[in-house]
Amino acid sequence: MKYIDEFRDGDLAQKIAANIAVEVNQRRSYHLMEFCGGHTHAISRYGIVDLLPDNVRMIHGPGCPVCVLPVGRIEYAIQLAQIPHLILCSYGDMLRIPTANGTSLQKIKAQGADVRIVYSCADAVSIAQRNPERPVVFLAIGFETTTPPTAVAIKQAHALGLTNFSIFCNHVLTPSAISHILQSPEVRQLGLMSLDGFIGPAHVSTVIGSQPYEYFAEEFQKPVVIAGFEPLDVMQAILMLIRQLNEGRAEVENEFTRAVLPEGNIKAQLLVAEVFELRRTFEWRGLGLVPYSALKIKSCYADFDAEQRFQIPMTSIADNKACECGAILRGVKQPQDCKIFGTVCTPENPIGSCMVSSEGACAAYYSYGRFRDAYPATKVS
Amino acid sequence: MHGGKVKRGYTRPLDLKNGHIEMNHGSGGRAMTQLIDQLFLAAFDNDFLRQRNDQACFSCTSGRMVIATDSHVITPLFFPGGNIGSLSVHGTINDVVMSGARPHYLAASFILEEGFPLADLKRIVDAMAQAAQAAGVPIITGDTKVVERGSGDGVFITTTGIGMVPEGIHISGENAKSGDKILLSGTMGDHGIAVMSLRENLSFHTHIESDSASLHDLVATMIAAVPDIHVLRDPTRGGVATALNEIAHQSAVGMMLYEKKLPIHQQVSAACEFLGLDPLYVANEGKLIALCAPDDADQLLTAMRLHPLGNQAAIIGEVIEDSHCFVQMETRFGGKRVVDWLSGEQLPRIC
Repeated sequence: MKYIDEFRDGDLAQKIAANIAVEVNQRRSYHLMEFCGGHTHAISRYGIVDLLPDNVRMIHGPGCPVCVLPVGRIEYAIQLAQIPHLILCSYGDMLRIPTANGTSLQKIKAQGADVRIVYSCADAVSIAQRNPERPVVFLAIGFETTTPPTAVAIKQAHALGLTNFSIFCNHVLTPSAISHILQSPEVRQLGLMSLDGFIGPAHVSTVIGSQPYEYFAEEFQKPVVIAGFEPLDVMQAILMLIRQLNEGRAEVENEFTRAVLPEGNIKAQLLVAEVFELRRTFEWRGLGLVPYSALKIKSCYADFDAEQRFQIPMTSIADNKACECGAILRGVKQPQDCKIFGTVCTPENPIGSCMVSSEGACAAYYSYGRFRDAYPATKVS
Repeated sequence: MHGGKVKRGYTRPLDLKNGHIEMNHGSGGRAMTQLIDQLFLAAFDNDFLRQRNDQACFSCTSGRMVIATDSHVITPLFFPGGNIGSLSVHGTINDVVMSGARPHYLAASFILEEGFPLADLKRIVDAMAQAAQAAGVPIITGDTKVVERGSGDGVFITTTGIGMVPEGIHISGENAKSGDKILLSGTMGDHGIAVMSLRENLSFHTHIESDSASLHDLVATMIAAVPDIHVLRDPTRGGVATALNEIAHQSAVGMMLYEKKLPIHQQVSAACEFLGLDPLYVANEGKLIALCAPDDADQLLTAMRLHPLGNQAAIIGEVIEDSHCFVQMETRFGGKRVVDWLSGEQLPRIC
């Protein structure tokens, strides 16, 4: 496949792996966080860990949109879906996330709620057009990648004069989450967690550009390398981070030049600014309340805001006590550090959100990497 | 019949062009008999059906008999490369022949939804008849039920097949042994992608056709070349990954696949890429997985490649000892990963 196979070439991977092996300083370790679930997925799916020296450790970040949504907001979606005649449209992954009392969108769907899996927000708009007598809500989630399409859907619904369509908006912002991790006590004071640099988001950066990361490099002296989601992108980014760290640099570098511009996609940014505004604060799973880290629909589009339209009170619900998703999302723990990983919590019966989405660290590790625990000796380093 | 004389004994035939299934087509009366005679019997015609009994009686030779049953529900009913009718014949014949058996007879049971167009039903039944005839496996008994509009999805078809295993052949999912080679008869995921390309919320253009086919002849050829095949399995729902995990558990072994060796159409690969799917989990309806001793592998591969349904066959991996029964894969990239059971449906990436 053109433009894909080039970025999955095994021979090139071996060459980069050899460079990494030569260039790492054996007297230190490298703790690199890949922010995005897309990178976590690529690392697990292509077995990238097998190509890295032992002193290069990958830490999985919170960039999985399904994972970071707190239970309270899932519960809110469940309550929406139970409003008589309402059609709730959602991306498929959301359906399986369990709430505190064990219910999920999938379970209430089986009991008769009209919950529909859609592949894009535009599908939800056409469902609203076809069902003018029924309220249709789209459960919007995601980082800056999925926000512009939601903005388009709202504008489209507005232009069509749809009165039955609204959005339950849960869009969140990447830079705020990175800031929050860098400012967390685990990283700043307690020294619980080493964090030397970031692999910056691929798709998110196509929208916001590379400039927003300059602050982290400068303020926190952490290098950032923006990388594509293909395995060679990830390998190259790891090499670039190691070089920066060896040379004592902390800069924003762009490995994903084929798609990311410094200023990003201005048209998409303007569209988002027209429809959304910052929330003062937003609850994240794992990170807690993070100031100015999410978006809400502007008052001029209030008719399309499900939170304003249905006025269901939002409650904060604690995660299952045994579940370590919070610590895993902050990078403090690894999936296999969680007592219920792979036993009580599996992809078939997920307890925490990180086991639900294929971009979640637990699901990626469970689905692709379990043999490493069973046979630690098989690790090639 | 404008004013002319109506012939004695004339009954208006089933309107196979514009008619629809009605509740009385399932009520056991004249309408049902008419449906059976003019549609099913006309298409499947054979001595057993002509007897019009509720069962078919046949004699059999001594030996090991195989029975398999399969319910077919699919949206959309018609897809590039086949329809639910041909699929229901191929699917069950393949389940029978994965034991090494020769298929002999089929039974078919239809659940029809009130209002379903008779013209569509005729296309489905004709495809079944054609598939059964091509495989030389007659449909010798059947049943029809009609459910009210809204209670079904057009047509559900359950088929049951019976076959005989030749003497000396012992093929079973529990026979995989460490060292065995794993062979796949052709490209992965063609059926799944052909069907998905027509789904309402996905629709994309592809020239990929379903691989739906009856594998009895390929299996006969393979057994003639290597009688000691250990395992045969058709990787339908859940794809190659699911079938291999099933075998690994049945035989309490592990497996190592080589991503480089997996045969796949470029178009399927591309469709999977933009839908965020892993082709290892996409359904096939005309492919098989075979496991055999390493010394037999080349001979089996040659026999498969000489057959039109196996000309892209490849050795894709081998069986290893593993108490965890993991199916692993050496990625094209040079690392290793688990090829796990599928959990839930495969879903595209969000971010």
